[in-house]
Order: sequence, then structure tokens, then C-alpha cells
Amino acid sequence: MNGSRQGESPSLVEVTGLCVEFGGLRAVDQLSFRLEGGAALALVGESGSGKSTVAAALLGLHRGTGARVGGSVQVAGIDVQRASDDELRRLRGGGAAMVFQDPLSSLDPYYAIGDQIAEVYRVHARGSRRAARARAVEVLDRVGIPDARRRSRSRPHEFSGGMRQRALIAMALACEPDLLIADEPTTALDVTVQAQILDLLHALREETGMGLLLVTHDVGVAAESVDEVLVMRHGRTVEHGPVGAVLGAPAQSYTRELLDAVPRVDAPRAPSAPAGEVVLEATGLRREFGRGKRAFAAVDDVSLTIRRGETLGVVGESGSGKTTLGRMLVGLLQPTAGEIKPGGGVRPEVQMVFQDPVSSLNPRRSVGESIADPLRARGEPDEGRVRGRVRELLERVGLEAAHYDRYPHEFSGGQRQRVGIARALAADPRVIVCDEPVSALDVTTQAQVVALLGELQRELGLALVFVAHDLAVVRQASDRVAVMRRGRIVESGPADEVYDNPQDPYTQQLLAAVPALDPGLAARRRAARREPAMV
Amino acid sequence: MTRLAGFVLRRAAGALITLFAISVIVYVVFYVTPGNVAQITCGPRCSPAQVHQVAEQLHLHDPLYERYWHFLQGLVVGQDYSTGTSVEHCPAPCLGLSYQSDQQVTRLILTKLPVSLSLVFGAMVLWLVLGVGTGVLSAWRRGRLTERLLTGITLAGVATPVFVIGLVLMIVVCGELELLPFPQYVAFTDDPEQWAWNLLLPWFSLALIEAAAFARLTRAAMLETLAEDHIRTFRAYGVGERSVIGRHALRGAFAPVIALNANNFGGAVGGAVLTETLFGLPGIGQELVHAVNVVDLPVVVGMVLVIGFFVVIANAVADVLYAVADRRVVLT
Amino acid sequence: MSEALVATQAAGTGPALPAASGARQFWRRLWTQRAALVAAAVVALLVLLALAAPLLTAIEGQDPTTYHPSLVDSARGGVPVGPFGGVSGDHWLGVEPQTGRDLFARLVYGARVSLGVALTATAVQVLIGVVVGVAAALGSQWVDQVLSRLTDIIVALPLMIMALALLAIVPSNFPRPLLVALVIGLVAWGNIAKITRAQTLTLKGLDYVSAARLSGWSTWRIARRELLPGLAAPVITYAALLVPINITVEAALSFLGVGVKPPTPSWGQMLTAADVWYQAAPQYLLLPAGALFVTVLALTVLGDGVRTALDPRAASRLRVGTGRRQEAKATAPVATEGAS
Repeated sequence: MNGSRQGESPSLVEVTGLCVEFGGLRAVDQLSFRLEGGAALALVGESGSGKSTVAAALLGLHRGTGARVGGSVQVAGIDVQRASDDELRRLRGGGAAMVFQDPLSSLDPYYAIGDQIAEVYRVHARGSRRAARARAVEVLDRVGIPDARRRSRSRPHEFSGGMRQRALIAMALACEPDLLIADEPTTALDVTVQAQILDLLHALREETGMGLLLVTHDVGVAAESVDEVLVMRHGRTVEHGPVGAVLGAPAQSYTRELLDAVPRVDAPRAPSAPAGEVVLEATGLRREFGRGKRAFAAVDDVSLTIRRGETLGVVGESGSGKTTLGRMLVGLLQPTAGEIKPGGGVRPEVQMVFQDPVSSLNPRRSVGESIADPLRARGEPDEGRVRGRVRELLERVGLEAAHYDRYPHEFSGGQRQRVGIARALAADPRVIVCDEPVSALDVTTQAQVVALLGELQRELGLALVFVAHDLAVVRQASDRVAVMRRGRIVESGPADEVYDNPQDPYTQQLLAAVPALDPGLAARRRAARREPAMV
Repeated sequence: MTRLAGFVLRRAAGALITLFAISVIVYVVFYVTPGNVAQITCGPRCSPAQVHQVAEQLHLHDPLYERYWHFLQGLVVGQDYSTGTSVEHCPAPCLGLSYQSDQQVTRLILTKLPVSLSLVFGAMVLWLVLGVGTGVLSAWRRGRLTERLLTGITLAGVATPVFVIGLVLMIVVCGELELLPFPQYVAFTDDPEQWAWNLLLPWFSLALIEAAAFARLTRAAMLETLAEDHIRTFRAYGVGERSVIGRHALRGAFAPVIALNANNFGGAVGGAVLTETLFGLPGIGQELVHAVNVVDLPVVVGMVLVIGFFVVIANAVADVLYAVADRRVVLT
Repeated sequence: MSEALVATQAAGTGPALPAASGARQFWRRLWTQRAALVAAAVVALLVLLALAAPLLTAIEGQDPTTYHPSLVDSARGGVPVGPFGGVSGDHWLGVEPQTGRDLFARLVYGARVSLGVALTATAVQVLIGVVVGVAAALGSQWVDQVLSRLTDIIVALPLMIMALALLAIVPSNFPRPLLVALVIGLVAWGNIAKITRAQTLTLKGLDYVSAARLSGWSTWRIARRELLPGLAAPVITYAALLVPINITVEAALSFLGVGVKPPTPSWGQMLTAADVWYQAAPQYLLLPAGALFVTVLALTVLGDGVRTALDPRAASRLRVGTGRRQEAKATAPVATEGAS
């Protein structure tokens, strides 16, 4: 089934003048690129840049959806625009296979993983059920699923996130495609698992010689994985070239801007003012969830101090208990054991900035009303004073005073996060706990919000607790760092010490897994990772 | 597997507690009514002496919890009723005596039950097949004329009360076209063929409305599944529309259909009462209506408990089936 | 535990977040649905008819309860005299067999009963359901256990059977239509309580409610300002679907002879004896059956429309012919999301 297309077209992928429109909205505009067999190209861009739309267009997934597609797309010798439905079906999975972002929702929850892979295999290679099942076990084994025969009978929810993504990659491998399209394949995964998946993709490419088209918002992931980069913005090409050249010496100002905004895990934070007195001290914090046999401690024996004018970074992977810790610090959750003491007698005002800028504002109330909440709740009777203070706060966080009467849906994600910061400030807090404050934002917006928090801290002498999964962002924002794993703090200390000279093996492993922006360094790190066996 | 067994056990215990709670509520509601319970129970033609005897037998002079205890005792181990001259034994699930028809309630219900079970379970097969079939067809032909037609028909079906469709069917099929005789219940054990022929119309009357609800649900659930990410995966791997619809989307509709069947079972029992009354089938529904009209309290209470029993069991079975259909439920 | 959500994910689908709707958007969305508009017009007409029943019958010069023995042929068992079941200038839709009561008057007064009973029952259901649901979601674990169990039992008890049984024991001097409405309301609030509890729990977990707690507001104030508005959409949606169900239940109870009793007219009750007369006076069967069908259909379509208008995201998948378009959006999620 792969034979006929050799010689017809020298390139594996050839896209010329691709345009995709959804109901008058142009998502992709005059995009052209080519990808040779066995090569790897990354489409990099922020949300709304149209990169995923391009990936879908390569497999003709817009057919019959009402989207208007123009230009020409050739994949593995097939003209996707003109191909018949049957030809297109043979291309999908047979010639080019796709790996999606969220591995849990991308697999059918009701069927065994092996059966799902076998089903796809049988669409393309008309073998027996038994042969298809054997092939499924074979590819599951190849992507590193231990005990593949037995695990092939598991359903997706019985797999961990990383294993699911491996299973999806196994599905892609099943029919030996010439091209692998990976749409944000590691975005939903923890950093250590991300490194494993990227290593796997690399090894598979070496072994099978298939081409890779990687779609990602993360420049680091691109640097790790590909030979060529195409930077996209508003559906158009900004810059296209070898990965070393584009990332090392970007020619376009947007590319430079993007690269500057990417937080570096190896760059120390600009020195901040010396920390002041202790404002909050937590000792032996523990929080359990569930009862009886299913009880587990999300946070277990955590002690920390928070000082005036200082940022404490709390970093950990999913399930490490960092969010639970943050919620206990502000008083949204009561600790099962341990206590939180004020540094100087009275309990300081502690406020929170939330992760999701969509759900953290009541959609039915104007942002001004939301910000005014703490003022009204403490009984400020003078309406004029309330409005005046809210306007002042809006301007302080970089919005306009006239935004008082607007509703949350009229703002972008970054602006909403600014509103959330203004609301926290309205209570005149001495401590603000920021729970993943920038993880839902694009990198350029991320950098702006982190900078704003820093400014406010210097100006108001705030103590900040910065909770995040992204090691680089935490370093950018923090003076001191605590690394959490399974509810405990495994290592803590000044940020530079922890990052430059990690003592705990888990911290070392975390830091080794962070994608490097320099492709050469990335390759050296990959080689180093290959030696010790990963968990 | 053991996890599933644990779930089944927990669910069975839950059903038992629910049944117990229902019996308490029903007993309290019906035997603590305003008015003279003994007089109501005995019927309007009873003499004061008879009323007094009934009050004795129902322990109406005892405190409420003792009265309930006697009632529960009757249910679990049976009870003896002395009628002055003789003693009548009412064996284990004893629901009391109907003073108006001079019968044991349990025995009365047992004679009527086969009719109602024939009606409800026969109709259930019909509504599941018709409803799910129509729903799949609508999802498969979505956006086309077939779907629009089916949507219109099912909407009309949802909007028609059972007794209206039954009336119309009876008049058209039996009265005007004379395709079938007016239904007369024949026991399955007597003549299976006549049993089925005579129940055909009642089955359809009861099933058509339910089928419409199932068609709507199946279509909605399948369209919802079709919008999910994993469907996109299989499309992106060249899996054909037939398999996407028939294998993946239909599987997604499984659990909601089971849930609706449990939820609607009680409603269908209500529909069965109407169907029995309309077609003159001698089932418990017809008996219940009669008992309500003459205010035969022990029969009403007995019927409500028996029907409640079936509905609770149906719900428990549906929950277990649901858990088998979607193992993730067991984990929560 | 919600952690590590990443860039592209958060922009699109959150939890059951209430859309930034407001009344104006709701009406605009309802306005775009042709079927719902027609249904709304029909419902409005029915309500008008019910309200104007005394006026209309006064114009006709009849009332729903007066017997007209001269208009039925007692020799033939009470068949109405005259063509088409006794249709005449005095009796626009003919008369009832046996009694000779005016059919038009009974039909429009029947609309009063049907709609009145259904709306009252719905109000009772919503009131109990919302109170129980909110209390279960916000109360202590113990309160939640008890109320949820009670709700489960109420859901398990079949509505028709319980209503039938309850109607048997209530003294007959209670006004019958109100009684029927109360019984339906008291027996069938389980699902609305479940929906309310689930939605309240979802809302309670949202960050903006946490933020309100951090502001220092009292629980009561948070429930009123942040939770209740978010409950409106699902509760209204479900209540709109309850109205036609309640109409059917009232008609069924009256059909069985235990609901609204004569001389008060009710559509269900009119159908009780209709099958015997379908040849001699077909409109005696067709009019109440048709009225029921049109009313329930219109209310169901209107209920669907309300749901679409209140929750466009869920409803767009259910609407005719949009299945494929949704899939398109799923493959290109980032295309339309504007970032800052």
C-alpha cells in the first residue's frame, strides 16, 4: 500500500499557498513549506496562530466540515485536496499518522487499547483479527509499554498519562507511516514524562526513517526534536529555517520577541530587594482527602516560612500537592494537621490569584464589581471611594479605569489575569498566593504577567508564593524555591542554589528533563538521559 | 472483578435501605391520614363492630412505631388475623387484608401480576428496539431528510399521552380496520400465541411513547460522542463512517440508554396503569385504580409497595449494568 | 486535584461554566429558532384562551356545566341531536353526549385547568427541588447524606402510582385541581433536586466562588450573589421540560377518574368516555385529544428552545444537522481563540 507513490514526488509533504477559512475567519493564510522524507519540521506559534489547523489540513480533516480550504497540499504523493474519499482514508493512518494532544480524550474510553490499535491496523492492512491483535501487541511493546500483551487488554483510564501517549504513538506506528504528525504531543504531560516521550519519538525516527511534523507552542520542545522550524503568527509564516539558525540568530523581530519571552531555566533571576521579616510560618502541614481505605495525604508534613518582599516558588509535577498547599495557605482548605502562624502576632491578609482566568471571574458581574468585592465586604460605605479605588487598581495592573463596567468575556486571558491580580490587591494583602498564574497564557503574555507581579512586589513589599509546574517560570519569578513531590518538600533553598546545584535526585531529574533551547545542548542531554534508566 | 462484586454488594445494600425507607414513608403517609383509618379501611358499609375489629387487627390503638413493627412482621414472617370466629393465616410477604373485597392483598396482587409483567416487559423489548434503532438511524443520516422526518415523528411521539395513542390505536385498528379483535387477556401458559396477539396493541400503545424518548436520547448521546476527541482520532486514522457510528458512537450511547431505561421504568409502570385501564386488562394497574376509587387502603398500600419494589430492583439492576458498561463508574 | 493545565487547553472548554448570557442574549438566541417561536406563539395563544375562557363562553352564551337534556337523544343512549354532534350557532363545537353540556365551554375551561394545574405543580416542584438541592450541596456531609437519600427515594417512587395512591386518601372537600397540582408537585421534585445539587457543587468548586470567600463575604451572601444566578439556567431549562410532563400526568389522572372530578372540566376526564362515542360524536374524542397533543407538543418544543437558548454549547450538538460542523470546530480549536 505504500509502494505506488515512490518517484511521483520527491517531497514527503509539499504545501503551497494553503489557506483555511472558518466562516469568514482566515485561520491559515498563504502558507507554503515542504518536508523531505525522514526529515523533521516543527510548526511553532502561540495560540491562534493556525498551527493545528495546518496539521489537520495535511490529512484533509477539514473535508465536509464547512471550512474553506485553498491552495495545494501533497502528502506522501497524494493530492489531499483532490483525492477521493477512499484515497484519503488510505492516506490517514497508512501514509501519514497523527498523534494528538490529550491522550485520554483521544482514545475511546470503552474499548481495550490493543483492540483500538488492531482496528486501525485492519483498516489499512487487511489481515485477520488475530494478526492485527499481534501487531498491536508488537507496537505497544516497541513504544515501551511493559508486559504489552497483558496491558493491551487495558482500557485507556487504566493507563497513566505518559503510557496513554505511548499507546497513541503505537497506534500511529501500527501501519508504518512515512510521516508522523504530532499535534502538541507533550503539552498535557509532566516535564519528566515529556522528556521520555520526546526521546521515544527521536528513537523511532532513527529506527524507521519516518518524517515528523511537530506542532507545538513550546520552543524548547521544538529545539529538542526537529531539524527545521517554521514560526507562525496569525496564520502566516514569520520565519522558516534550520532550527539552529532560527533559534540561535532569529532574523525576524517577532521570533526574537518570542524567544526573549521564553523563561530560561538556567538564567538567574534579576536580584531583588532583600527579604524582610517573616509574615507567615507554616509548620508540619498535612492535608488528607478521602476516608477509610482510600484516604491519602495530598500534603504531608510541609513546613515553610514566607517573608516580606520575597517570592517563594513552589514547583512540582501534577499530583505533587502544590495546589492543596496553596489553598491551605490562603485558608480555602483547612489542614488536617499542622498550623499556619502569622509572623508578627496578627494574621496578615492573604489573597490568591487563580490559575484559570476563565473560571476565576463571575461571568455575570462586571470586572469592577468583582474587584470591589473585598472593599464592600469589609464595609466601605462610600460608593465613590469604592469606585475610585477600583479604577486606581485597574490602572495599576495595566488596564484602563473605564474597564470597570465591562464583563469578563470581553477580555483576553492575560487581561483577565490582570483583573484577578487587581481583585487580590483590593484587599490590601501582605501575602498573595499565585496558583499557576501564567500556565494558561501564551509565553509573551506570561512574561508580562510575571513582570507585573515583580513590580507590584517591589512597590508594595508583598510576599508572594508562586505555585507552578513550569520550572523555568518558577526560576524567573522566585527568590527561594521549594520542590514538591508526592505531598512532601524534597528540596528547598535559594533559587540559584537549587537550580544550579540540585542535591535531591528528583530535582536533578526534573531539571535534566527541561527542554533546552539550544539544539546542540538538547542532543547532549538526550544522550546523557539515555544512560540511566528512567522511572 | 472483585471490585465489581463489591460494587454489586454495595448497590444491593443500598436498594434494601431504600426499600425499607419507602415502606416507612408509605406506611406513615397512608396510615396516619386525617380521618378514621379503621372506617376508611373497612369501607363505608361496615358496622361499628366491624370497624372496631379492624382497628384491633391493624393495632391502631398502639403507638405508631409498634403498628409499623406489626406491619413489617407481617411482611417478613407472615401474620394471623382473627376474624372472631376463625383465624386466617396470611403467609410471609403479608401485605394485610382487603376488608372490602375480603381477600389477602398478597394473593390479590399475585393473581394480577402476570398480566402487568407481560405488558411491561413485552413493551420494554419493543421500545428499546424501536427507540435505539430510530436513534441510530437519525445519527447516521444526520443533516438529511431522513433525520428531519424521524425527529418530527419522535417529537410527536413524545408529545402524545399514552392513553391518547392507545385510544386512537384501538379505534383505528380494532374498530375501523378490524385488523385485530379488541384485546382480551389470555394467559401465556394457556395459549402463548393468543397471549401475544392480544397484547400486541397494548404493547405498542405503551412502547411508542417510550420509544420516542429513547430515540431522542440515543440520537443526542451519539451526536455528543461524535463531537468527542476520540472520534477525531479514528477519523484521522481512516476508519470508515460505518465503524465510527456503529462501533464507537453507539458504544457511547450505551450507558445513557441504560440509565434512561431505569429512570423511565417508573414512568412506564404509570403508563401500564393507563394501558390496562384503557384495554381492560386485569393487571395490578387496573386493580390499583379500582382500589383508589373505592379507597381500599390495604390494597393501595400493598400495590404501591410492590410497584416500588420492582422499580427499586430495576434501578439497582440498571446501576450494575451501567457499571459493567462503563467500568470507570466503579472506581468513583 | 487540578494541576498543570497548559497553554492551549485552558482557552476553550472549562467546567459547566455559565455562559456570560443575561436576559437579552437569551431572548436573542430564542428569537433565532423558528420552531421555538411558533411553539411560543401557540403556548401564548393557549394561555390567552385559558385566561379569556369566561369572556369567550359569555360571547357564545354558554357555560361549561349546564345540562342540555333537549340536545341529546335519550332514546339512542344520549347521542347529540343535530349534525356533527350538535354543532350550531349556540354550541360552536357541539355538545357532550348524554349530558348535552357545551363542548366549546368545556374545552376552554379545560385549558384553564390543564395549564393551571401544570404550572402550579411545576412551581411546587421547583421550589422544593431547589431548596433541597441547594441545602444538600451546601450543608454538612450529614445533611447531604440524608437529603440525597431522600431524593433518591423520591426519584425511585413512580409519579403516577404515588399520585394515584395519595389522591385516594385525601378528604374530598379539598379543592380538587389544587389538590392534583400539590400531589404532582410533592411527588416529582426528585430530578430537579438532583440537578440543583450537582450544579451547586460545580459552581461551588469554581475559582470565582473561592475568590468571593477570600473577599470575606458571608456564606449566605455568596449563595445569593454567586451561586443562585448560576443555577437559574439549568433550573429554568428543566422546569420548562416539566410543564408538558405535568400536563400529561394531570390528564392521565383525570382520565383514570381520580384527578379533576366533574363537574370541573378537564381534557383527560373528557377522554374517559370518548371511545364509546367516537362514531356518533367524533369531535368529543378529537377535540380534547387534539388539544392535549398540541399543548404538550408546543410546550416540549418551547422547552427545547429554551434549553438551546440557555446552553448553546450543549444544545448545538443536539440540533438538526450540526453534528458535522461541531466536529470541524473540534479539529481546529485554536483557530478562533484570540489571545492577548
